[in-house]
Amino acid sequence: MKKVFAGIGGMATAMLLGLAPAQAQDTIKIGLIMSFSGQFADLGTMMDAGVKLYMKEHGDTIAGKKIEIIRKDSGAAGTAPDVAKRLAQELIVRDKVDIIAGFSLTPDALAAADVFTESKKVAVIMNAATAIITARSPYFARTSIPLPAAMGALGTWAAKTGGAKKTFTMVTNYGPGIDSEIAFQTAFKAAGGEVIGGVRFPVANPDFSAFAQQLKDSKADSVYIFVPGGEQPAALGKALAEHGVTPKTVKIFSSGELVNDEPLKSMGDAALGIISGWSYSWTHKSDTNAKFVKGINEMLNGRNPDQFAVSGYDGMQLIYKALEKTKGNADGDTLIAAMKGLAWESPRGPVSIDPETRDIVQNIYLRRVDTVNGKPQVVEFDKLDAVKDPVKLQLKADGKLNPDGTAK
Amino acid sequence: MNAQTPGAAFNPQEVLRAQVRWRALEIIFWVATLAPFVLTPNYLILCSQIAIAALFALSLDLLVGYSGIVSLGHAVYFGVGAYSAGLLAKHGWGEPISGLLFASVVTALVGYLISFIMVRITHFALIMVTVGLCLLFGEIANSLHDVTGGDDGLQGVKMWSIFGIYRFDMFGRTAYVYTLVATFLSFLVLRRIINSPFGLSLRGMRENQRRMPAIGVPMKSRLQVVYVISACFAGLAGALSAQTTQFVALDALSFQRSAEVLVMLILGGAGRLYGGLIGAAMFMVARDQLADMNPQYWYFWLGLLLVIVIIFLPNGILGGLAALIDRVRSRRS
Repeated sequence: MKKVFAGIGGMATAMLLGLAPAQAQDTIKIGLIMSFSGQFADLGTMMDAGVKLYMKEHGDTIAGKKIEIIRKDSGAAGTAPDVAKRLAQELIVRDKVDIIAGFSLTPDALAAADVFTESKKVAVIMNAATAIITARSPYFARTSIPLPAAMGALGTWAAKTGGAKKTFTMVTNYGPGIDSEIAFQTAFKAAGGEVIGGVRFPVANPDFSAFAQQLKDSKADSVYIFVPGGEQPAALGKALAEHGVTPKTVKIFSSGELVNDEPLKSMGDAALGIISGWSYSWTHKSDTNAKFVKGINEMLNGRNPDQFAVSGYDGMQLIYKALEKTKGNADGDTLIAAMKGLAWESPRGPVSIDPETRDIVQNIYLRRVDTVNGKPQVVEFDKLDAVKDPVKLQLKADGKLNPDGTAK
Repeated sequence: MNAQTPGAAFNPQEVLRAQVRWRALEIIFWVATLAPFVLTPNYLILCSQIAIAALFALSLDLLVGYSGIVSLGHAVYFGVGAYSAGLLAKHGWGEPISGLLFASVVTALVGYLISFIMVRITHFALIMVTVGLCLLFGEIANSLHDVTGGDDGLQGVKMWSIFGIYRFDMFGRTAYVYTLVATFLSFLVLRRIINSPFGLSLRGMRENQRRMPAIGVPMKSRLQVVYVISACFAGLAGALSAQTTQFVALDALSFQRSAEVLVMLILGGAGRLYGGLIGAAMFMVARDQLADMNPQYWYFWLGLLLVIVIIFLPNGILGGLAALIDRVRSRRS
């Protein structure tokens, strides 16, 4: 008899699934796939704050069409690229979105790449930073950063000006980590430095003590560090400080994540002197940025924005500006064409979308952690103008880049 | 369940035959699985994932529900199946059906090797060892970055069309038909196994591990056989997942996946054939709807839902319904 109910249960399930959303003509739907929960939740919060701030400032109508945002969580399992892919499919098939944006981590974006190619929908990457992503679908555009652009610059600086001779690298063992490790090591060696060792830690890794010890044992005079955002930079910073690894004993070079506000707080004075090469810090001096910082402060109860917030903000900006150009036409081919070559003044300085690769072109700043008003803070001391992704420049030089910016 | 008429001569063959017989509601259930094509054509991707989860839960039911073997590491087989199918397709052989067979054979072999450990331990040790194995396999896949892609996932899985005609489309039509057929055929096989004398001996072992050897049942070899069968179907579920999403993530081997499938099974009702199927459907639909409603804190609601269901229906949804029917009947008589 229980089989009766098995049958009813199946029917009920089928019914439940029937709640399909209604369609409207005059709206443009944007699906956001971000890590709203789990280890990388903070990253999603920041990106989303950037999105919300831009919409607060510029309204939710563009070219006579209403912008509707649908948020999806890709973060519950730490990294679950198959979830990100399914969410992208569902957003397109089920929710009928016109544009997708977000992508906290590289694997998420890579897994979903085929979906955009097949559906011809534009996807704006607001964080995932591996160089190759934009070459995987002709409908990708990126407003965050191709990691090698910043890390190559940092590697050269470290060996030439920074006084580092023997370095050790510590990166997260996945696309962006490996990408940045290669970029830093290559540039560092080319500039006359020596790489004496390195570790790669798992993506979901809450404790860094063992790795900090390895670094100490290696007797390197400098270290290069990359960790994705979320809870990890603070945990790593703490482990380094506990093991006595400070810029006084070992020169520390890193990407932007390690010197965001939260990790700086947990490292305290041990962070003074860390050198980072990155595209954005809230301390960047410009009117656009002052306004942006104020907006995020208000939205997040006094927290300062980081690169995730600025990428989210610029991601929306790119979508708005492109839609303005196409007069509200969100068709994939039209929209991506409109995005190519767009340039604007971002809180991080002048940025543009490279028409060849659809990747962002921006300034890379070299910054040092210093005491400002009694607190450790990032201070810019040098910059490189309009840096393009070296990986795709190399692809182009090797003739491996298609006209639409995908890799052969 | 299949109560004998009092006074009638007990005929064991008849008992088994009665179990094998198809009931009207089972047929309704399987017909209902076709409803999404008409009612919810936008949800076919989710439906295909439900079918995969259902098959996975069913394979676990064979161990947990029917044989009394606890396992918190069943994702090992799901993952092995997924990676075998994914790697095969990535390295040039994208034919789905042979891929499925390949993956299930590989997983059955892995299950066979592991079964030598499993038959030697019981209870808590079993939980420890299965969790350990799950972590072990997860870490192996993670460290073989060049083969599996590690945390980046296995990319470049390209599936050919089924029979050279039906390609895996973005709407999930092919995926759902494919997974549904595979799950249904697997269900037929598993149903037959469960209702065979062999299946009966499994239930015997679940009920009394001492008495079964006493009546001449070779426990260890039976357990090994059931272990291999269970692994094989879990691998099949993994392979289906790899083929329909054309992607394999480390998550396929995660402890979370092992735990989730157990939750689905308990939610639906273990040892009840349809328990895993219903549980998987309920769990996946609840998760999908809750995550849509509240992307930040949906795990809270999912947790709450599970706690409530288990408090009020300790034997799962089907167990609860069965108890309800019994009560109604006894009141009537």
